[in-house]
Amino acid sequence: MTHVQHLKPFLRKTPFFEPIDRLMHGNGWIRWMGYYSPAFFDSEQSEYFATRHGASVYDVSPLIKYAIRGKDAARFANYLVTRDLTKVKPMQAAYTAWCDDDGKMIEEGTIFRLGENDFILNAALHQLHWLDESAYGFDVEIEEISDQLAGLSLQGPTSREILQQMGVQGIEKLPHFGIMETTVDGHWLRIDRAGFTGDLGYELWVKPQDGIWLWETLFRIGDPYKIAPMGSQALDWLRIEAGFILVDADYTGSHHALRPTSRVSPFEAGIGWCVGLKKDAYFVGKRALRAEKEKGLSRHILIGIEVEGRKPAPGSFLYADRAGKQEIGITTSAMWSPGLKKNIAFAKVPPSFVKPGTQMWIEIWYPKEHKIERSMVKCWAANRMFYDPPRKKA
Amino acid sequence: MNATYDAIVVGGGHNGLVTAAYLAKGGEKAGKNKLKVLVLERYHKVGGAAMSEEIYPGFTYSTCSYVCSLLRPEIFRFLDLPRHGLQVIPYEINSAPNPEGEGIITYRDHDRTRESLRRHSIKDAEAYDHYAMEISRQCRFIKPLLMVTPPDPTALNPFAQNRINPWGKRADLDGLLKIAAEFGRMGDKQMYEIIRFWTMSIGDFLDEYFEHPRWKGFSAASSIIGTALGPYSPGTAYVLLHHYMGEVDGQIGAWGFARGGMGSVSKAIASAAMEAGAEIRTNAEVDKIIVKNGKAIGVTLKNGEEIYAKTVVSNLDPKRTYLKLVEKSDLDAIDPDIHSYAKNFKIRGSSGKLNIALDGLPQFAGLPKEAAWGTIDIGGDFDYIEHAYDDYKYGSWSKRPFLDCVIPTTVDPTMAPPGKHFMSVFVQYVPYKLAEQPWTPDMKAAFEKDVLDTIEENAPGFRKLILHCQTRTPWDIENEVGLTEGNIFQGELTLDQMLFNRPFPGLGQYRGPFDNFYMCGSGTHPGGGVMGAPGANAAREMLKDFKNGVVKAGAGR
Ligand SMILES: Cc1cc2nc3c(=O)[nH]c(=O)nc-3n(C[C@H](O)[C@H](O)[C@H](O)COP(=O)(O)OP(=O)(O)OC[C@H]3O[C@@H](n4cnc5c(N)ncnc54)[C@H](O)[C@@H]3O)c2cc1C
Repeated sequence: MTHVQHLKPFLRKTPFFEPIDRLMHGNGWIRWMGYYSPAFFDSEQSEYFATRHGASVYDVSPLIKYAIRGKDAARFANYLVTRDLTKVKPMQAAYTAWCDDDGKMIEEGTIFRLGENDFILNAALHQLHWLDESAYGFDVEIEEISDQLAGLSLQGPTSREILQQMGVQGIEKLPHFGIMETTVDGHWLRIDRAGFTGDLGYELWVKPQDGIWLWETLFRIGDPYKIAPMGSQALDWLRIEAGFILVDADYTGSHHALRPTSRVSPFEAGIGWCVGLKKDAYFVGKRALRAEKEKGLSRHILIGIEVEGRKPAPGSFLYADRAGKQEIGITTSAMWSPGLKKNIAFAKVPPSFVKPGTQMWIEIWYPKEHKIERSMVKCWAANRMFYDPPRKKA
Repeated sequence: MNATYDAIVVGGGHNGLVTAAYLAKGGEKAGKNKLKVLVLERYHKVGGAAMSEEIYPGFTYSTCSYVCSLLRPEIFRFLDLPRHGLQVIPYEINSAPNPEGEGIITYRDHDRTRESLRRHSIKDAEAYDHYAMEISRQCRFIKPLLMVTPPDPTALNPFAQNRINPWGKRADLDGLLKIAAEFGRMGDKQMYEIIRFWTMSIGDFLDEYFEHPRWKGFSAASSIIGTALGPYSPGTAYVLLHHYMGEVDGQIGAWGFARGGMGSVSKAIASAAMEAGAEIRTNAEVDKIIVKNGKAIGVTLKNGEEIYAKTVVSNLDPKRTYLKLVEKSDLDAIDPDIHSYAKNFKIRGSSGKLNIALDGLPQFAGLPKEAAWGTIDIGGDFDYIEHAYDDYKYGSWSKRPFLDCVIPTTVDPTMAPPGKHFMSVFVQYVPYKLAEQPWTPDMKAAFEKDVLDTIEENAPGFRKLILHCQTRTPWDIENEVGLTEGNIFQGELTLDQMLFNRPFPGLGQYRGPFDNFYMCGSGTHPGGGVMGAPGANAAREMLKDFKNGVVKAGAGR
């Protein structure tokens, strides 16, 4: 048929495509914002454990990156996001939400402050339309620079040693959420100490043409430190343990919500700590967020829960009572944690149920020998950051 | 004068056939009150504007409508149309060639579309998702309104003189409350947006999102198709929505080809109607609707034959129905306003059609080969469209028209011999009447030449592929298909002629001014397109009247 013959592949390849492809067992490629991205190499279990006992490498190049520069960049960035960026010094990064005028979350991500008026915003979704709209009246220049940087996330207890062995001077002094720039073997390298795993870890950014050098150097030096490549399936386990939310998995970004009621505020998403209500300047959504906080308007909060038994409970209903008469919420992400040996999930519950230890009931449907079975078991509120080792910040 | 039928459907367009099938089945709940139905069609074939015909040997043309999306999934399923042979094959590409550079192409896949748009404007590529989301929100609001009878707010007035609903006003109140509730659920901002969107021009709307002139012209396509309005005329944004609210398998805004041409839609519905017991007579032109004591009791055919029925339902457009088939005196006896409503009903034709048999697949300028799979819109920026519109305003066809082309034979093996293709070319704007003179063969040839020249410019070498070309002006469409002035929607889709005002104030619920008389064509809510919704809604209202004893069933039994 004519159409099939002529459709050409269009997904883009990051600089790491070739080395990743060589290591992949079976076809583990999935799509991430128009790029090829690995879902798994061999087994997500071994990739997960690599991150918790050695180090893993994940290709973060497809992240969408916006440079925000110009005379008013600092003022604009502080207006755009909920965190108080006056407290974030140059060469520091911050995790933050950004909201619409109603205080509903468009997305969350990391903002990097490279200089007084020089920022990079990393986003999972395309945001240029919103950034341009918000920049009205500010003297700033916003540019998408996604293709100008290739990135690998190096995460796990041995990540620091690997970088030391690679010859990165001063890596041991880089604080949590700090940024540094350096040169190794004549290659420019930007390193920030952040990630999506809740472990000790770094994100390494290079010029695209240096991608292969970075990949090969890491694996050559990292071998004795138990380095392994990782795909997004293992990453998903890691980020749930670490309590990190994901747009479209745990909440709906306000710009693509069909109904206004399906939007959530950062308080409701359980990242209220990102909202700098005390910052002097106005920021998008501040008025609504202040009212929500002061009047207690949050409808529900995304918390962590621990669930009895071992059956993962994604998309399950929570009840106040065993009989299941009073429905109170629903889970989003859920997993059996092989590291913690706990059955964990994120759940949207009314504010009166968020206190750690509060008991609830959960209805889980699970497949068993060609049937779907139901169980109603106990669960209880918990700190969503299920895994938080001291080494993360040390 | 014994009624031989429970219902006579005047006109075998797809809507008339849907009405017939629903009545013969006794409605959605397939109840006890299955009716005895007769469809009377003027032409030798049913389908009206949803028609496939072999005009040139070996080639099947979709002679009027050419793509399918609006057909309501409820109808598809209830009438089991796949079993009756209907297959709709979605396509996933829309494009616009560009003789001077790179064309525009969009895909079902948003990542792919973004990649493609970025080559023209990064800003527009990023704004596209927001725009698409906004359209989805608008569709979300309108969709529940399609398969229901529009509630009429005047029904709440206990002294109302209209004939909206003879047996209770509760339904209107419930309907209005439902809409209000749905409206409220959209949220404050969206409520404002909906009102804005329903009344604004597509030009203003697109300006809020995009910067690239050709991309804007391309995006405006669906909002001018079939209208007598330009891109900056208020109300055109709604027309865009009308073309977006369709779906294929739940995918909003998707369009597809009916295998075997659009006539397959009508054929399948007719087959379902006949299976349910409806009778269909072709070559049976209705001359008059017989009205006695304010009641419709049957019809007279052109050949003088009289057929009686408990009810009569017209699939024809409102002008044709009330000005041609009904005596003015019968109307005036009920309400003198109705005649003037019919006279003033806006039904300006603005579109022509070329159906072309091709020796091979054309290659469009500035586009990859795959573009031939979906719609190819030949046009340009807003200026191009405005100029095209200007010609029309002053009584001529657009010298450089806007063209919506499809080549269904890229996927459909049944419509042309192997390696050959059928191309459907929808032409905007073409007047029903020329300013200076009537549509003579010379004029028609000049019109055809301008269209073919425009295609040639956008697909060099195209002319050499032409084996045969059928050209239809709005005047032809009126005379051959029976759509007044060639208006493709049986009446313009502007806010003044929508919802409970469609076709006329006080007659928005499928009931006519006489007892036992109904309307079921595109001239009723929710309007034109191969949608079937007017037909199904009308049948529902008729069955209610039978059930409530307003009309008694059991004709000829
Ligand atoms: C050129 C063109 C292109 C179009 N493209 C599309 C498209 O791609 N997609 C889409 O969804 N829609 C399209 N449309 C619109 C769509 O085709 C029409 O809105 C729809 O088919 C109308 O259906 P209907 O049943 O309401 O009326 P009609 O199809 O008009 O049916 C009326 C029927 O009544 C018959 N009739 C007339 N007078 C008499 C009489 N006196 N006695 C007996 N019978 C009579 C006619 O012959 C006809 O069969 C297009 C329309 C045209 C004209």
